[in-house]
Amino acid sequence: MDQFVINLLFVGASFALYIGIAIWARAGSTSEFYAAGRGVHPVTNGMATAADWMSAASFISMAGLIAFVGYDNSSFLMGWTGGYVLLALLLAPYLRKFGKFTVSEFIGDRFYSPTARLVAVVCLIVASTTYVIGQMTGVGVAFGRFLEVSNTAGLLIGACVVFAYAVFGGMKGVTYTQVAQYVVLILAYTIPAIFISLQLTGNPIPGLGLFGDHAASGEPLLAKLDQIVTDLGFAEYTAHNADTLNMVLFTLSLMIGTAGLPHVIMRFFTVPKVSDARWSAGWSLVFIALLYLTAPAVGAMARLNITEMFWPNGTEQAAVSVETIETDPQYDWMLTWQKTGLLDWEDKNGDGLIQYYNDQSPAMQEKAEAAGWTGNELTKFNRDILVLANPEIANLPSWVIGLVAAGGLAAALSTAAGLLLAISSAVSHDLIKGQLNPGISEKGELLSARIAMAVAIVVATYLGLNPPGFAAQTVALAFGLAAASIFPALMMGIFSKKVNNTGAVAGMLAGLIVTLLYIFMHKGWFFIPGTNSFTDADPLLGTVKSTSFGAIGAAINFAVAYTVSSMTKPLPKEIVDLVESVRIPRGAGAAQDGH
Amino acid sequence: MSDDNDNAYWSANLRIIAWSLVIWALVSFGFGILLRPLLAGIPVGGTDLGFWFAQQGSILVFLALIFNYAWRMNKLDREHGVDEQ
Repeated sequence: MDQFVINLLFVGASFALYIGIAIWARAGSTSEFYAAGRGVHPVTNGMATAADWMSAASFISMAGLIAFVGYDNSSFLMGWTGGYVLLALLLAPYLRKFGKFTVSEFIGDRFYSPTARLVAVVCLIVASTTYVIGQMTGVGVAFGRFLEVSNTAGLLIGACVVFAYAVFGGMKGVTYTQVAQYVVLILAYTIPAIFISLQLTGNPIPGLGLFGDHAASGEPLLAKLDQIVTDLGFAEYTAHNADTLNMVLFTLSLMIGTAGLPHVIMRFFTVPKVSDARWSAGWSLVFIALLYLTAPAVGAMARLNITEMFWPNGTEQAAVSVETIETDPQYDWMLTWQKTGLLDWEDKNGDGLIQYYNDQSPAMQEKAEAAGWTGNELTKFNRDILVLANPEIANLPSWVIGLVAAGGLAAALSTAAGLLLAISSAVSHDLIKGQLNPGISEKGELLSARIAMAVAIVVATYLGLNPPGFAAQTVALAFGLAAASIFPALMMGIFSKKVNNTGAVAGMLAGLIVTLLYIFMHKGWFFIPGTNSFTDADPLLGTVKSTSFGAIGAAINFAVAYTVSSMTKPLPKEIVDLVESVRIPRGAGAAQDGH
Repeated sequence: MSDDNDNAYWSANLRIIAWSLVIWALVSFGFGILLRPLLAGIPVGGTDLGFWFAQQGSILVFLALIFNYAWRMNKLDREHGVDEQ
């Protein structure tokens, strides 16, 4: 059977499954729409959180970024898992005890100020929208590939599917659907990784195979990889080449951002008890770790396979020929990906061969000149295609390729839906019902939620056509924004009895604005290309890239909040009581709607 | 339930959090990044222990930290009589 048909079958079957579940558990009341009536078991909740969390960035993009950079991009691995420690220890149990529906409700009540709630809503919308842009980038890659159309067409089709999907069910639909999505995406991620690990190292566990021996050469896999990439003038895979300060700040931004993203925090409102919120964070990380422990192996092994594909007889022998690429079925993946516009090559020196090497490396100049090479001939290899192309590169059976297509879409879809839900609840529940029109009917609230979703997806699709970076990099910007604005306010709300309304508002605004300015200065105003004054290669502040600025933004937020609070009125008695009650699990009832 | 009991409960919680965060930072920012040169002498599968912590070890430790925290806190809740029954 044709690969295209197999992909369609797998994607179609997985969609039918999700939609079936969504119909079975359709949301009725507003309370069910947002928080699934709070009857979700910690393990189920953990699995759904994992699906919600692991997006196009984790599934489609991350391993590609690790593959082409190596050790220096370990930040993604540590950052996106380490944040769960902060979430479990510093936020989840207390927010569950507080017992309202949304993050901004907590901020509004704890800082006894509608302004604080409004500012929190703005922060949530900014961070979530940036996050959806990253998802749309991934959706475009996945749909483009499996429908065999251009990236742009894939993005537009994907946007319609995501919208239809998110409007269809509320959180409850989403909770059980996401359990199904988790199962699909984790199988799709690990099965090809297991195959490839067996091929290359003989070890069925990719995370162990990564540190095992390369079966063909008998050398350790990573030593072999270091050798082959340095031969071609690329940086050593396992070495620490990047700036240390930037790496630390980037990791920290991702960690803090993880604990400040509304769609993840909202998950912990849906467990029955405070003790369950603690377990739930652990279970989430178990399910996330299955992918994150596999991802570095996927990256390293794919890098080795790709390099060997272009240098089939070793880096000292002739490169692969154009004719082989066009006729050998092993290279079919290159032809299909070329159609999406995300992969391209060009025989610059007209020798009929495609030389893939680092033409920026001074060490390679001499070798290239001697051999008659006139530049790297693999002219385009978008990092975001690596995971989806990986099973084809490794020549795996066609059902595995179909499964990966379904998994990539599940990852992008589940997170995009979760984010749209967070955005729509921020607008309809916090902004409209909480501020503008408290008397709005339940029907009106649901309608405004859906309109907010539509607007968010249009904006995200428009910006997704010219994304500020690869999926995972755009998503990293969203984490920086969440880190700088939401996390500090939540943490101070629980752990401090000094930070007051004025302090919190000033802190959130300072963190958000400074971080947003720093990002816009480097990535373009409102992410419009060409409007930036600096680049991440040569940033404004020393070596601090725009993706790493969230940690500094968070520090600014804390500092401003404490300073302003110390100069203004202390907390009223009832708020001190509220803080004390949040700290103690006793008496956590079912959550209530605040209005 | 006295205020003293609640305060003792809260300081015990803060102690557990502080220790957990020290370990959290040590395995990621420490062993994974800043202290990697110190671990360079310990080979692990073609590279060194710092690389292993950055790509595998830190994640495993994070898991242990969260489950340890959940278990200890749920026990502490009962000891101080502040659990939800």
